[in-house]
Amino acid sequence: MRMMRGWLIVVIALAGFALWVCLPDTTGFRFDSDGDGVEDAGLRVQQSLGLDIVGGLRVLLQAELPAGSFSIEDLRQTANNVGRRVNALGVTEPTVQVQGSNRILVELPGVTDRETAVRAIQQTALLEFVDFGGLPGRGQEFVDQRILTTQQDAILRQREVTADGSAFVNPMTGLPFETVMTGAGLQSAAAQINQSGRGYVIAFELTSEGATVFGPFTGARVGEAMAIVLDGVVLSAPVIESRLDSGGIITGDFTDEEAQTLALQLRSGALPIPLRLESAETVGATLGQESVGLSVRAGVLGIIVILLFMVIYYRVPGIAAALALLTFILFNYAVFKLIPVTLTLPAITGFLISIGTAVDGNILIFERIKEELRAGKGLDEAMQSGFFRAWQSIRDSNFSTIIICAILFFFGQTPGASIVAGFALTLMIGLLINLFTAVLVTRAFLSVIVEVMRQPLQRRAWLMGV
Amino acid sequence: MFTFVQKRRYFFLLSAAIIVPGLLIMLYSWVTIGSPFRLSNDFLGGSIYELRFTAASDGMLIDEPMLRAVFTEFENSSITVQSLGAPEEQRWSVRADFQDTETTEAILDRLETIAPLDRDRLFIEQISATVGGEVTRSAIIAVIVAAVVVTGFIVLAFRQVPDALRYGICAILAMIHDVLIVCGIVSFMGLIAGWEVDALFLTAVLTVVGFSIQDTIVMFDRIRENIPKHLGEPYEVIVNRSILETLHRSLATQLNAFFIMAAILLFGGESIKQFIGILFIGLISGTYSSICIAVPLLVAWEKGEIPFLKPRVLVPAVQEG
Repeated sequence: MRMMRGWLIVVIALAGFALWVCLPDTTGFRFDSDGDGVEDAGLRVQQSLGLDIVGGLRVLLQAELPAGSFSIEDLRQTANNVGRRVNALGVTEPTVQVQGSNRILVELPGVTDRETAVRAIQQTALLEFVDFGGLPGRGQEFVDQRILTTQQDAILRQREVTADGSAFVNPMTGLPFETVMTGAGLQSAAAQINQSGRGYVIAFELTSEGATVFGPFTGARVGEAMAIVLDGVVLSAPVIESRLDSGGIITGDFTDEEAQTLALQLRSGALPIPLRLESAETVGATLGQESVGLSVRAGVLGIIVILLFMVIYYRVPGIAAALALLTFILFNYAVFKLIPVTLTLPAITGFLISIGTAVDGNILIFERIKEELRAGKGLDEAMQSGFFRAWQSIRDSNFSTIIICAILFFFGQTPGASIVAGFALTLMIGLLINLFTAVLVTRAFLSVIVEVMRQPLQRRAWLMGV
Repeated sequence: MFTFVQKRRYFFLLSAAIIVPGLLIMLYSWVTIGSPFRLSNDFLGGSIYELRFTAASDGMLIDEPMLRAVFTEFENSSITVQSLGAPEEQRWSVRADFQDTETTEAILDRLETIAPLDRDRLFIEQISATVGGEVTRSAIIAVIVAAVVVTGFIVLAFRQVPDALRYGICAILAMIHDVLIVCGIVSFMGLIAGWEVDALFLTAVLTVVGFSIQDTIVMFDRIRENIPKHLGEPYEVIVNRSILETLHRSLATQLNAFFIMAAILLFGGESIKQFIGILFIGLISGTYSSICIAVPLLVAWEKGEIPFLKPRVLVPAVQEG
């Protein structure tokens, strides 16, 4: 009993916090202890709404290649990679579509920072590791210069255009520089603070195919220079210090933001087709605001009916369940704002339905308590075993669905499948919170009510729903 | 006492009477229109219209329902209407089905009647699907992987019960049952009422999968608890008792979900009703299948009634004399 009162305090504190998060004006807080202008800790609260509800930014990109020099498959692949970049930007539930024969249409819900978004989407991000072996001065004079590599040469040939001659070729041979590996050989890439303290670097890991090329190459050229080239421009020309079989670091004069963007582009792959920005403009919501309003109002009506049902059918325990259900709604909505989860009309509807099914845990418990009371057990004993017995089935049934959600979330990482991942995440959050509210929160509320109303409850079994 | 399990043949027949025609309808759809359901432009791609209206004489602005009404007239079923730029520019983007030139012309003529359309800056292009084939494929693979993992989980959770694997398999069979029922009905509605399957359908089916497993496990949990309590009783009796004991809970839970869905169906926005309808069918099927399919299947398996799974060993009767 004492433990339950402790829990009640925890629950009320959590509910207070959740209520604060749920308030429409809350934006979170920032904490900067040493006053250097860099955030040490903080909490960002934001309501993320989908394209159907708030609209967003519509970006139309055009292939910068003559028609006929690429296939529709290349364009699809480009659109896929654009989709992956958009997802990695943290924009959820975007739409990426191929429009006509040479355009890609991207819609980003609620995006306001148009410059960053467009830049991150548009850049080709063809990364190459280029052999600078034997160059006098180890090729340092080529840093920040445009060079022609065998890879770019091949791409140009495929597109039936000739190099414009502004890029440098290898002075030793008069031929394009030898490309050792492209960004396709990278498994992962992440921005990191430079060990020397200033600026940022990009740490990368190789795929197994990448390693079979990169390992032997670096092994044979220890002491020689190698260039890291992005979209034809030499970022840096480090000296190979040892054989690299699993990964390494790309140095360059990156700021935090540049490093983040480049790492993102490397992760999502180079674009097979260079893209030109045709237009970027705001786009309105796809659904009338009234449609959302109507559904939410309908949902609230449904919730009121559920609360009434629980109180009428289960009496005193029903009151605890109603309180627990309100806590569930509060917690859930707070988590949606904290992550944030993009709310679209279907997501809101899903949430409303999850409220309808959230009382299942309570129902299992209360039916159990009634059974125990009917079997002649005392109030405390009935509650004890009611919660204990029902817990097993609540645990197992919820866990199986949580497993399904985890797997769906994992598969939802495929480009374009963010709808599946978003759904799985929303459902999983609901189930986890429900495990907590239906069992612990209900119990905390019920214990306190029982303690206060012990006398009448023991005399009148109907108050317990029997 | 109502005997659920003893009536299992009727339940199996009832389900078969819904699933088999559903499968046939899906097959028929597949042959006639190339897929088991009528697909919306979320899956098929379609046309995107960029429209620019010049101000109407009475200064009235075009709004979303007006445009939607025009496109609906020409048998477009899933239409997305968005405004572009500032409202007074009167620029609109409409995503609709792909249609022949004549229909497109007719739509434009019809649009002209509500407000003058700037034909010079009109723009109609084909647009690809928002839900590519690989999304559907990865969702299907995900459900299959999830089914295998959940079977494993059930075997683990029910390890103290004899033949735990059966519980896992029966839960998955009930889940497949629910998915087939939902798919069959949607395919049927596509044929008679023009229901189209959009990205939301994928979400609805995934939700049904979750509901189904959850309901079945609650039922199995009672059996797990009752087996050691009533040792010596025939399996069939224990199982039937378990169903009756959890019936209250099943109905109460069902009722609560029904409250929300009915409220949204009656008073909610138009665009979400088909989604709710599908979920509703799925939820009913999920509860029905846990009581009338998953549990009776366990009994049928125990009794060796399922062909191939546990063929009854015929012991030759000892002849008297």
